[in-house]
Amino acid sequence: MRIIKEGILDSIQDVGRFGYQYLGINPTGAMDKYAMKITNILVGNLPTEAVIEMHFPAGVFMFTQPALIAIGGANFSPSINGDFIPHLHPVMVNKNDVLQFHKPVNGSRAYIAVAGGFFLADWMNSKSTNLKAKSGGFSGRKLLKNDILKLYPLKKYPDHHHSFTVLPWKADTNWNHQIEKTEIPVLDIIPGNEWERLTEESKKNITTSSIEISQQSDRMGYRLNNIPLATSTGEEIISTGVSFGTIQLLPDGKMIILMADHQTTGGYPRIAHIISAHHSALAQAKAGDKIRFRISDIETAEELYIKQQQHLLQLQNACTFRLQEYYKRFAK
Amino acid sequence: MNKYLLPYTIFPIGDNAVTIEFGNTINDSINKEVINRFHQIQGDPIPGVIDVFPSYSSITLYYDLLKVKKNGINSATAFETIKKILEARMLMPVIEHLTEPRLVKIPVCYETEFAPDLHQFLIIKNITKEELIEIHTATIYKVFMIGFLPGFAYMGEVNEKIVMPRKSKPKMVAAGSVGIAGKQTGIYPLISPGGWQIIGRTPLKIFDPGQKEEILLRTGDHIQFYSISKIEYADY
Repeated sequence: MRIIKEGILDSIQDVGRFGYQYLGINPTGAMDKYAMKITNILVGNLPTEAVIEMHFPAGVFMFTQPALIAIGGANFSPSINGDFIPHLHPVMVNKNDVLQFHKPVNGSRAYIAVAGGFFLADWMNSKSTNLKAKSGGFSGRKLLKNDILKLYPLKKYPDHHHSFTVLPWKADTNWNHQIEKTEIPVLDIIPGNEWERLTEESKKNITTSSIEISQQSDRMGYRLNNIPLATSTGEEIISTGVSFGTIQLLPDGKMIILMADHQTTGGYPRIAHIISAHHSALAQAKAGDKIRFRISDIETAEELYIKQQQHLLQLQNACTFRLQEYYKRFAK
Repeated sequence: MNKYLLPYTIFPIGDNAVTIEFGNTINDSINKEVINRFHQIQGDPIPGVIDVFPSYSSITLYYDLLKVKKNGINSATAFETIKKILEARMLMPVIEHLTEPRLVKIPVCYETEFAPDLHQFLIIKNITKEELIEIHTATIYKVFMIGFLPGFAYMGEVNEKIVMPRKSKPKMVAAGSVGIAGKQTGIYPLISPGGWQIIGRTPLKIFDPGQKEEILLRTGDHIQFYSISKIEYADY
């Protein structure tokens, strides 16, 4: 597939690059791994296959060969050759079909999965783009106009002459089903090792106020516009490991949530960690959105994550079945 | 009590990562223990652990929650399972690395064009450039940890005559820049915003993706800097 027009930040991402943090290589990977997995499952891929992650405005893509694709994550109102296509459905596209995105309906990160995945070399066992290290993914950078992403040829595709076909099944779920349907998303946190450094008032503040995600937010982290928090000790933290979802307290009392491109280590107090099951909703929040925090515990966090993964497994079984049926009946 | 056992705490950093911490301190013998324990875990992987890395006084492990849970006792959380395994590992004696640490010599050009903070540095520390070079190149430093950026080595400790806090505002720093922050010295592997006081630059590629040795330095390495001229830098 060819990039006809580049998006603001479209990059190749997968579940991330693990096992190399001892060399300072940070994991990177998709911001919303849950949405990424759903999108892959829709086209019959392994959930961990590399996808294109897009922000709005997203790129315009032309297919140079038939392909089975799906669009998931944020809804950017996708169309093929000008006809709107539904979100979270597998779509069979033909050579010369043009995929584009019109407006951000909800969410902030959308994904394109292609059956069979992209023909790209691994760097340290992953296809994720490490933008800072200029390595991995497609030439270690975001996708630009005229780039050509090689796809594996489809083994079977329908014998028809019109351009694209939306397959009649969909994923009944997306990132926003994870959290309570309140106006402001409530994200569960587990207290971090330096939680006890916070004053009682600051602890209360975290769980009672709506907090705005500031404009200084990107794939590395979200800075929050919170009422400055106070600690009872100023003892420095020696640089130590952090993870996706770690909430650090900056010297000015503001919080930062570490996201997919976070560094391997950090020297700010780790006051809390957002649970994995809520990373998807977090990754789809935009600068200017408000979020709330609720204290949870490790048991609940693990349960919710397991439930989420079981849900993916069910979806995978259902999609595998539907795809097999489809190929049998309509494709040669 | 096992004589090898240093006091430690194990705590979650999220629901799929834990840190085992041997105190919040920079200390050579603790760091040695951390490095040995890190090698021990790396050499005898814990099922379900997907990433393990040391820092000054702690080791962090990322794990696949579902895999750990599958291997553990039914009612136990993945965190509890990992914690138990780590506690058992800590009772095992560490194998000291018998080989001497590798000594890596690194050329540095301390000329002003490569050292945006040098002028101010010399004024504040009240030393000459020659003295700074002599002091900075005299010590054999140890890599305490790698972090922050691909291949960024935190080395120490510098002579107290050249101890200098970080800049209050980070600036863009060129790849290869050699800096000082407190008692630490380090090299920026790639262009990045950074707050360290930049006193020189090395022509060596600290991070060289696609090459056989992509990351030049390792935790535990010994490093010695040596001074080179502008011409030597250009010819390197």
